[in-house]
Amino acid sequence: MAKITYIDFEGKSRTIEVENGLSVMEGAIQNDIPGIDADCGGSMACATCHVYVEQTWLDKLPKAEDGEIDMIDMASEPKKNSRLSCQLIVSDELDGLLITTPAKQS
Amino acid sequence: MNKTDVIIIGAGPVGLFAVHQLGIKGLKAVVIDNLDKAGGQCIELYPDKPIYDIPAVPECTGEELTQKLLMQIKPFKTEFYLSERVEEVKQNKENWIVKTNKDKEFIAPNIIIAGGVGSFEPRKFSVKNAEKYEDSSLFYAVKNKDKFKNKNLCIFGGGDSALDWTLELSKHSKINLIHRRDDFRGAHHTLSEIKKLEKEGKVTIKTPCQLVSIEGDKEISSITIKFDDGKTEKIKTDFVLGFFGLIMKLGPIAEWGLNMDKKTIEVNAKSFETNKKGIFAVGDICTYPGKLKLILSGFHEVALASVECFKRARPNEKYRFEFTTSSKTIQTRLGKK
Repeated sequence: MAKITYIDFEGKSRTIEVENGLSVMEGAIQNDIPGIDADCGGSMACATCHVYVEQTWLDKLPKAEDGEIDMIDMASEPKKNSRLSCQLIVSDELDGLLITTPAKQS
Repeated sequence: MNKTDVIIIGAGPVGLFAVHQLGIKGLKAVVIDNLDKAGGQCIELYPDKPIYDIPAVPECTGEELTQKLLMQIKPFKTEFYLSERVEEVKQNKENWIVKTNKDKEFIAPNIIIAGGVGSFEPRKFSVKNAEKYEDSSLFYAVKNKDKFKNKNLCIFGGGDSALDWTLELSKHSKINLIHRRDDFRGAHHTLSEIKKLEKEGKVTIKTPCQLVSIEGDKEISSITIKFDDGKTEKIKTDFVLGFFGLIMKLGPIAEWGLNMDKKTIEVNAKSFETNKKGIFAVGDICTYPGKLKLILSGFHEVALASVECFKRARPNEKYRFEFTTSSKTIQTRLGKK
């Protein structure tokens, strides 16, 4: 279980508890957190679960694999700290994770 | 107007298998899809990725699955209307009239929506005024390459489309290839060709940077890009081309009066009919308690929906459940006897 804070592009923050093993994307979808679409359902095929991860957290996360980096090219307004939230798997280590959702997903 | 028994919206795996399930029951269908080829997400998003959960097929790619489904429905000689998007659905007594963006009209007692997550459309620039220049000096596809002859072009993107068009259009134009990171995911050999052209001064590669603004009155006169280190650069250009792949958009489906839950259509899990009689939704686009977005679930859904379609298309005939192994009628329809 990890507390995850999702901050939308207007700065509104929502903190929820997400079970270990779920993805940060699934945590958002199951709890009706806006700003994450996840059109492809988590198959790393659409880049509509794109999020920005705060730098200190970015360093703690497992590195993005090539497929994810390629897919981030397709995201709306990608930045250096862009990740796909379907690829971020929740564990106790992620307790306190801060992510920001972009203004739009497509 | 084209009259048929069932109008299938979406040529993904589930839409294709709908043709089969309807066909063995003797029903005619037409298939409409916004993409220029059949296969839907399987062909557009993961043509080369293996799928491991199709029953009795231990492993196949999205492309192979599509090919096999097309082979399976070949006996039914179904008409496909590709590169066409359904815009309007209207009721006409017991029938539905469907109109596409190419002004084609279809009439049928049944519609099966197998639309996945909506229709595929090009992903666009997020710069505010980009839309203003669209189709005059900013494009997301090349329809007529002569338009770009002897001009200055800026091509954005890191995939095969961006690389292929850079190579092709560099024959007659000066090109800036711009990408948000140093690595290109397009084919290596294309990239090395482009690197050669860069040495010859025909192509300039600019990375890692992104578009920040577009300048120009009616047509684009220049663009400004920003590098990762914060430096900006203004580039004079006649045309801007963006190749960021495709995105799925629900589009007009939301306006057909169907009960929706977010981006999915609510159906009953008995016949997969929506709140409108004769309109069915199957595959990723439908939702009901316990719904799983799996291709195999979609196959089950069309099998059941096709029974209800039969009842509506042939109100004076009794539906008889039959097996393909033993039914002479089905085997004739499949061209086996």
